[in-house]
Amino acid sequence: MSNAELLLPLLVAVPILMAAVPIALGLWFDRTGWSVTALTTVGLFAATSYVAATVYETGREVHVLGGWEEPQGIGIELVADPFSALIVLLVTVTAAGLLAYTRTGGPRGNTFYAGYLLLVGGLIGLSLTGDVFNMFVFLEIVGLGTYAMISSGDGPESAVAALKYLILGTVGASLYLIGVGFLFMATGALNIEVLGTEAIPAIVEEGGSDLTLLRAAFAFIFVGFALKVAQWPLHTWQPDAYQHAPDGVTPLIAALVSTVSAYALGRVMFTAFGVEFLATTPYLQEIVVTVGAVSVVAGSTLAVVQQDVKRMFAYSSVSQFGLVIAAYGALTETALVGAIIHLIGHGVMKAGLFVAAGVIAISYGARTVDEYAGLAENRPLAAGSTAILLIALIGIPPSAGFIGKWYIAVGAIQAELWSIAAVIFLSTMLTLAYAARLLEKMYFTPATPVESPHPPGVATDGGEPNEGQESSSEHRTDGGVLANESRFERGSPDAVSLGMFILLVGIAISAVVLGFAGGLFFEWLEPFTSEVFN
Amino acid sequence: MIEWGLEILATRYAYALMFVLMGVGMYMMIANQNLVKKLIGVNLFQTAIFLFFVAVAYVEGGKSPVVPADPDPGTLSMASPLPHVIVLTAIVVGIALTAVGLALIVRIHAEYGTLREDTLREVRADE
Repeated sequence: MSNAELLLPLLVAVPILMAAVPIALGLWFDRTGWSVTALTTVGLFAATSYVAATVYETGREVHVLGGWEEPQGIGIELVADPFSALIVLLVTVTAAGLLAYTRTGGPRGNTFYAGYLLLVGGLIGLSLTGDVFNMFVFLEIVGLGTYAMISSGDGPESAVAALKYLILGTVGASLYLIGVGFLFMATGALNIEVLGTEAIPAIVEEGGSDLTLLRAAFAFIFVGFALKVAQWPLHTWQPDAYQHAPDGVTPLIAALVSTVSAYALGRVMFTAFGVEFLATTPYLQEIVVTVGAVSVVAGSTLAVVQQDVKRMFAYSSVSQFGLVIAAYGALTETALVGAIIHLIGHGVMKAGLFVAAGVIAISYGARTVDEYAGLAENRPLAAGSTAILLIALIGIPPSAGFIGKWYIAVGAIQAELWSIAAVIFLSTMLTLAYAARLLEKMYFTPATPVESPHPPGVATDGGEPNEGQESSSEHRTDGGVLANESRFERGSPDAVSLGMFILLVGIAISAVVLGFAGGLFFEWLEPFTSEVFN
Repeated sequence: MIEWGLEILATRYAYALMFVLMGVGMYMMIANQNLVKKLIGVNLFQTAIFLFFVAVAYVEGGKSPVVPADPDPGTLSMASPLPHVIVLTAIVVGIALTAVGLALIVRIHAEYGTLREDTLREVRADE
């Protein structure tokens, strides 16, 4: 039993247990949440790095919970392979990094950080689990954490958005559970490894009524995940949730929650059901590709017409995940690697864009596209980082967005699915449409008189101003009100901490640096993809 | 054809019931304007799935893994314990979801003073 294997259950258990600590300490101290969370997430990142290094050598680490080693498939397994290790790395890095924003940007309070840790624990569990029912439980833990995070905003809209997501998210997870029920009926197994290597190939070979059950199971699971990943037309919860969540929370959920759900779909599709089942089932490939392609087009088109910047980025997520789903449907090794790269790249870029949106809202008071006018002149650093991230999102090399799309396109052409290749080209055009709209406002439109004269250095009392900032955000669309409201309304550059800037610039740089890592990803994921496409 | 349908209904009535119950839950979730009743619809939807799991757990001629083996196992109809464990876990998850949902509804009621979705939409449109 290696060290890395023992770390796997700890990666899941430690954040969930630590979630109780901020609340317990809150009985005596007011502000321990941030420190506890920072300590835990950095520790998790270190542990994940160690696990990832071990996985690089051994290819796969498995921990069977409860000591049910024999017979295989009875005990719940936690599995770290190149694919899941990569996702856990993304989760821990993002969770630790975004604390630099919430330190001064809020939301505050010990209960918020308890929810933060619970969400991180759920995400790591969802990434590591090797059992389809356990996956449902973690899906719901992630959901619960996300609902709590979204509703931690001050405004009443955040509660409405969270309730909407709760109802839709529960339906999604329940549909997944029905799929698991059919899967269990057909095979009698819940372990992903057992399903993928023995149970499902046997049924695919044999055919008959069990195969019908299996197809029904896949249909339910796919629709359930399409809801969780926010594919058109099941995406309606996402724009509300991203827009109304507090600025400090949106980067976390936008970068991780849908990403890990998309990972889970990939895991169930490729490790449990297997390429043979996917390729032999009539119309399955067409349906998956169509869902993805339609989401790409619908998501980008809706993004173009949005006024609110956070809402625009939310619709952009719908379209980017459409690419990932379409790439899953291509069923080639290159497209799968491209999908995984795009998952990681999109997570990094969206985290950066939402951090940028938060920073700009605090320092410039801008939340709609029109209010971004003149940003480059007044806040060059924030505008520059946003511009780099937008260019990366469009997919201009070298950037994380480019290599993901490139591999997906190459994979689609290998599979002779010209529709995906066309959709990628179209999505780049449409991404350019909404990104260029924002870039044009920031760099080429002079600031409007309402926004223009910024009294320098208004907020001088440390980190406090942004608390007023949070609660008054809903009035911001009306420029006339701004002048009469409190001095924090328009925002002040002093409200942005050094940590926020380092975080933002760091993410922008990593979005570019990841653009050079295509070959590295390929090599790293080789053990996983060769097992899937043996 | 009708006989065949009746036979299916007689032997598989649990599945038919489950989908009826699920439909009722789904309809409540979509059509009812009251937020609390929407949440009850979600619960009904989930309960239907739990019943489905319990219904599939019967194993004809199976052996109970817990009780010592019966000398003549072929005559017994046993229930597999695994789906029951799954349902227990899922019930706990469902309770947590209901609690969070109700907490959100309490907050919405405190902020907007209404539990009806159509009124809520009007209030929000006015702002």
